[in-house]
Amino acid sequence: MKVLAYVAQKCTGARTCEVTCAQTWFKVQDVSKSSIRISANDGIFAAEFCIQCGKCIEVCPTEALYYNKQGIVLLKKDLCVGCMSCVGFCPYGVMYFAPEEALAFKCVACGQCVKACPSEALKIVELDEASTSVWDFRF
Amino acid sequence: MTEKIIRHVLAEFAYQAPKIERGYANQTLYVNVATGEIKAKPVSEEMKFKFTGGKGFDLWLLWNAVNDNTKWNSPENEIVISSGPCGGTTQYPGSGKSLVTTISPTTEVITDSNAGGHFGPLLKFSGWDAIEVQGIAERDVVVIVDAIAGKVTVEELPDAPTDTHLLGAWLYDVLAEKPHEKYYIAMVSAGTGADHSLLGCLNFSLYDRKRQDVRYKQAARGGPGTVLRHKRIKALVVRAKPFRGDANHPADPERIARVGADMQHEVATWDPVQNRMRNRGTPYLVGIMSDYDLLPVNNFKFGSHPKAHDINGAYWETRLTQGLPDGCWYGCTIACAHAVDGFELQTGPYKGQRVIVDGPEYETIGAVGSTCGIFDADAILELNFYCDTYGIDTISYGNTIGFLMECYEAGILDLEKTGGLELTFGNAAASLEILHQVAQGEGLGRLAGLGIRKAKAYLIEHFEADPQFVQDIGMENKGMEYSMYMGKESLAQQGGYALTNKGPQHDEAWLIFMDQVNNQLPTFEDKAEALHYFPMWRTWFGLCGFCKLPWNDVVDPKNSKSAEPAKIPHHVQNYVDIFAAVTGREIDINDIIAMSERVYNLQRVFNIRLGKGLREHDYPPYRGVGPVTEEEYESRQERYDKQLREWLGLDPDAMTLQEKMAAHRKYRTERYEHLMDAVYERRGWTRNGVPTVEKLKALGIGFPEVLAVVEKHLQVEG
Repeated sequence: MKVLAYVAQKCTGARTCEVTCAQTWFKVQDVSKSSIRISANDGIFAAEFCIQCGKCIEVCPTEALYYNKQGIVLLKKDLCVGCMSCVGFCPYGVMYFAPEEALAFKCVACGQCVKACPSEALKIVELDEASTSVWDFRF
Repeated sequence: MTEKIIRHVLAEFAYQAPKIERGYANQTLYVNVATGEIKAKPVSEEMKFKFTGGKGFDLWLLWNAVNDNTKWNSPENEIVISSGPCGGTTQYPGSGKSLVTTISPTTEVITDSNAGGHFGPLLKFSGWDAIEVQGIAERDVVVIVDAIAGKVTVEELPDAPTDTHLLGAWLYDVLAEKPHEKYYIAMVSAGTGADHSLLGCLNFSLYDRKRQDVRYKQAARGGPGTVLRHKRIKALVVRAKPFRGDANHPADPERIARVGADMQHEVATWDPVQNRMRNRGTPYLVGIMSDYDLLPVNNFKFGSHPKAHDINGAYWETRLTQGLPDGCWYGCTIACAHAVDGFELQTGPYKGQRVIVDGPEYETIGAVGSTCGIFDADAILELNFYCDTYGIDTISYGNTIGFLMECYEAGILDLEKTGGLELTFGNAAASLEILHQVAQGEGLGRLAGLGIRKAKAYLIEHFEADPQFVQDIGMENKGMEYSMYMGKESLAQQGGYALTNKGPQHDEAWLIFMDQVNNQLPTFEDKAEALHYFPMWRTWFGLCGFCKLPWNDVVDPKNSKSAEPAKIPHHVQNYVDIFAAVTGREIDINDIIAMSERVYNLQRVFNIRLGKGLREHDYPPYRGVGPVTEEEYESRQERYDKQLREWLGLDPDAMTLQEKMAAHRKYRTERYEHLMDAVYERRGWTRNGVPTVEKLKALGIGFPEVLAVVEKHLQVEG
């Protein structure tokens, strides 16, 4: 199972990943449509994105969320009724919502941001190689 | 299904579902099951402004459908169901409720009852803001709103079962051409118990995708299931198209998403450390109510019992299936619609079947459990299941059995009169036997199926019961059985129960903690203000399609620092935002109260039009006010004696028990009269409880036919 991983020490805050993600999946530059979010605190950067933990699958009432064979949590759009249960209950706050189409969205480890990152702060790795230290558990 | 299903179409109406605009389909559906007339009625902007939706639409349609002499079993009486403009919103918890309104067989005035399930939202997404069903069919029929085929039909389905759990399984199989179509089917049904009693409930279905089975929520109060079956309707069904989370086409989806995300996060954060509704549902209340002497025990004689903790929230957390998204509508993460799966029935016609028991809810546990002295969880589950599938209101049934148990112990009933049933408190087998008799229309089930008010009359006429005694102990007002809270030490809640439109159901006001525990309503004026604000606030949920639970059953602790914590201002603001974002109509809390007042006052006038709805109908039984029996007084003697000293300046040591009870009764009944005066004044009503012409005009509902109803009474009062 391969997931997205982030190396904070390498991140320069260029936010290329955010723009690339929004452009890839929504064809817009609006970074509120990005499934990866970079934050900065005193010059130290952090990234938030899905680690494929699957908690959202438990709370989804329509079985729209599921693991694919590669262990990535995906959304079946035709089953999603936009209820935001997954958004509210994501332990890491990394399930997002697009109001205009009433659908949830999330990182599916597609790797487009990895290619775009100018400082090689992002990579696709096996799950056990991914550090979870950047993720802030909400509950 | 492989076998050929017989479907005789008796009436058919073709339609094209309009696009939903800002929460409204802008038309309602009229079906007459006697004549086969089916038609669309337009919804005007005035109707939306004045009556909002939900119960408001129900009442207005019903008001125009009946006459002054219409009874519950008259052909022109209707079942009217509507969700409301916000119904079907998926981004905010508890936004899928349906409101049903009809003339009640037990109260003989308007009853309204709400349920979860998918019917109301799917009805709207299929093009209808409400459905009104009129007439009495010659033979059993099913009404099918089929948005996929673009038609509404009245059909005979001769093979359709009547009891809900069988009917649901059967109908979903018949109507779903492919398995996933079941996701978008919802039905409303009753059962054989509704055929033979006045206590019929309506089951509102939903398809549970995780369990891959049909589930049910109940709109039960006031006997709407009896009306449905009297019309010879087995089910109202909607077969909707797949929909997305923007099906309401709201004015401002971003605003909904913002508020929805906040609330979902609030539920996720605080429910685990507060009521644990996601794990326990409403049964979390059982232990709390018993601890505060508020859990009805043995026909409301007592308020607590040591065995209550055998059936408290912690117990139900071990019994209810955990880890499933048990919302009764999508996005409700409060998820109180829990179930016990694989429950094996021990009695009755379905003995040996393994079934899903939807619930039990707190009210059901109180009604078929504690108020009958029953603390056996398996018995409560069995009673719960059979009430649901037979189409019987658990609250009214349990409360009536508790009343009959006390009558048995008081000697009004005996073994001969019960047909050999030893109807003592705690006898679960006897309650189950009577329940099966209700479904069969036999034995003591015929008496129990009347509900308390009509059972009282029967006991007086045939069994020489003391009229005063049965009046005192029968926990009904207006003909509706009380829901499950003891109000003896909360004057405000006594009003919250009896100063209501439909009868003593706590969905208008639940003021016990404010009044009795926290002493936040010390004066009559304070109580009257609460009995104005909270009934109006709670009425509003039923106009819009909202559930009340997300308002105050999980709350960010920051609320305690707000100006009025009891109102939960940050949640009120959420509802203001959601309503405005769906409809595009900006409102504030004053608008909310005004929206409710229009509907609330129309309902009051409607009751007056039907010959009731006056002061004389707003009195509680004394069991709900103070100690009726010596046993009750002695069970709380220390409290009652102290009250005599502090409230009345009397010396209880110098009084006989009878004198003490009489003093309490005089004081408690007089202060209730004062409360009535204060509440009527606050609501803009006369001392006889009649809305004034000025009030009705100010609310914008001074229609000539509405004013004509009150003017007759106002002339009498002078």
